[in-house]
Amino acid sequence: MIAVCPVGDIPEGGAVRVATDPPIAVFKVGGELYAVDDTCTHQDASLADGWVEGCLVECPLHASCFDLRTGAATGPPAKRPVRTHRVEVAGEVVFVRPAPAPAQFG
Amino acid sequence: MRTVTVVGASLAGLTAARALRAHGYDGRIEIVGAERHRPYDRPPLSKEFLAGAVPAPHLALESAEDDALDLRWRLGRRAVRLDPAGRAVVLDTGESLAGDGVVVATGARARQLPGPRLAGVHTLRTVDDALELRAALHPGARLVVIGAGFIGTEVASTARRLGLDVTVVAAGPAPLAGPLGEEMGMVCAALHAEHGVRLVTGAARALPVGDRRVRAVRLAAGPELPADIVVAGIGSVPCVDWLAGSGLRIDGGVLTDERCATAIPGVVAVGDCAVAPSAYTGALLRGGHWTHAQQQPAVAAATLLGRDHQPPPLACVPYFWSDQYGVRLQFAGHRRAGDAVEVTEGDLGSRRFVAVYRRGGRPVAVLAMNQPKPFARWRRELARLCVPAVA
Repeated sequence: MIAVCPVGDIPEGGAVRVATDPPIAVFKVGGELYAVDDTCTHQDASLADGWVEGCLVECPLHASCFDLRTGAATGPPAKRPVRTHRVEVAGEVVFVRPAPAPAQFG
Repeated sequence: MRTVTVVGASLAGLTAARALRAHGYDGRIEIVGAERHRPYDRPPLSKEFLAGAVPAPHLALESAEDDALDLRWRLGRRAVRLDPAGRAVVLDTGESLAGDGVVVATGARARQLPGPRLAGVHTLRTVDDALELRAALHPGARLVVIGAGFIGTEVASTARRLGLDVTVVAAGPAPLAGPLGEEMGMVCAALHAEHGVRLVTGAARALPVGDRRVRAVRLAAGPELPADIVVAGIGSVPCVDWLAGSGLRIDGGVLTDERCATAIPGVVAVGDCAVAPSAYTGALLRGGHWTHAQQQPAVAAATLLGRDHQPPPLACVPYFWSDQYGVRLQFAGHRRAGDAVEVTEGDLGSRRFVAVYRRGGRPVAVLAMNQPKPFARWRRELARLCVPAVA
């Protein structure tokens, strides 16, 4: 488990980037926390900088969309999902448990 | 409709093929590409690919699920003629592909400098161009970039990072002054200066000189600029020569209506080779940006198949981005001479700001540096404002 930040530090509709390798973004939407890979699967851009609408985040560079609940790519140009990670809150601190390392591609 | 020929195998062509399938078309799709490569992404060619930071396989536009598109590829083949009668695309091999529909997506090529081409002078459009240029970018070499548009400024940034001595020659008063205006162009000029890149502005005429190999760049006035390598980033020319005599209307590209239909039924045109009325300004506009080539084919495919297609609201606002000197620059909308520009968030010196362009008080464009979230908000605002203009 990796300690991220106090739960109050993540604004509603916003995100915090965790400097893991690869980085993870923790979002807060409707009071719920969601953790996904921070890097868009299409090209190098940070989803924590993306536009959040409901449970979707839009990549700031090319507007690829991902579902924060499942990681699924719901809008092009990205086609591959981002990984989702477990998030827990203990003592008002947000923790993430990174999913197993992604498969190499290319 | 049983056979569609897609002429052009880059972003617009591949996206058109995907869109045809997404609209339920299950007939044959022939896809013709002049380059021998499968579709690849061009924006990295002046950035991370030129820097050697990403290998060629990372440029691939296709993923495993594109296998289901069931395309018949003809790569390394050039279309030389369109016969309107049978909507037949004639290839350089002499082969003729007759079909019920044609998607013209032949893109554009790099504009070349006049005169004989000297060794050491490069343009950048294709992956082969990028590989050739990358091999020539040795640390310490003197690079002169002619043209301060996107290609010119991004190549300068990448080459500087690789340790070259870089001079940029701009025809206008500042880099990117065309799309961004002079005031914001000056911010880019400062960015170049900060990174030790020399900038020569107002140089309408700049030509490489040398004996077989380039030695310098000669300007209309002032001393020659010594050069080991020259990159000419002076714009692009639509690849439409092959359509002469086809009956298509050509004026700076293939003219289409807002639904990508051309003068010939069953023939649509998309991407960098097509000129269409902009949903944003109403004026005729040739493609030329990645996002356009990625969004427009859905409309063209629907037109070809006689379906309706409502593009997403954001698609009406032109958008482009650039990465230079570690700064991400994003622009949406359309600027004209006389628009007033004002920094609304952040400040210019920090390279983290949002600047809004207004015409008669109404926002028409937005530029951001390293401010993706406020930029996304403004892009939506512009989309909301542009809806009444097209309705």
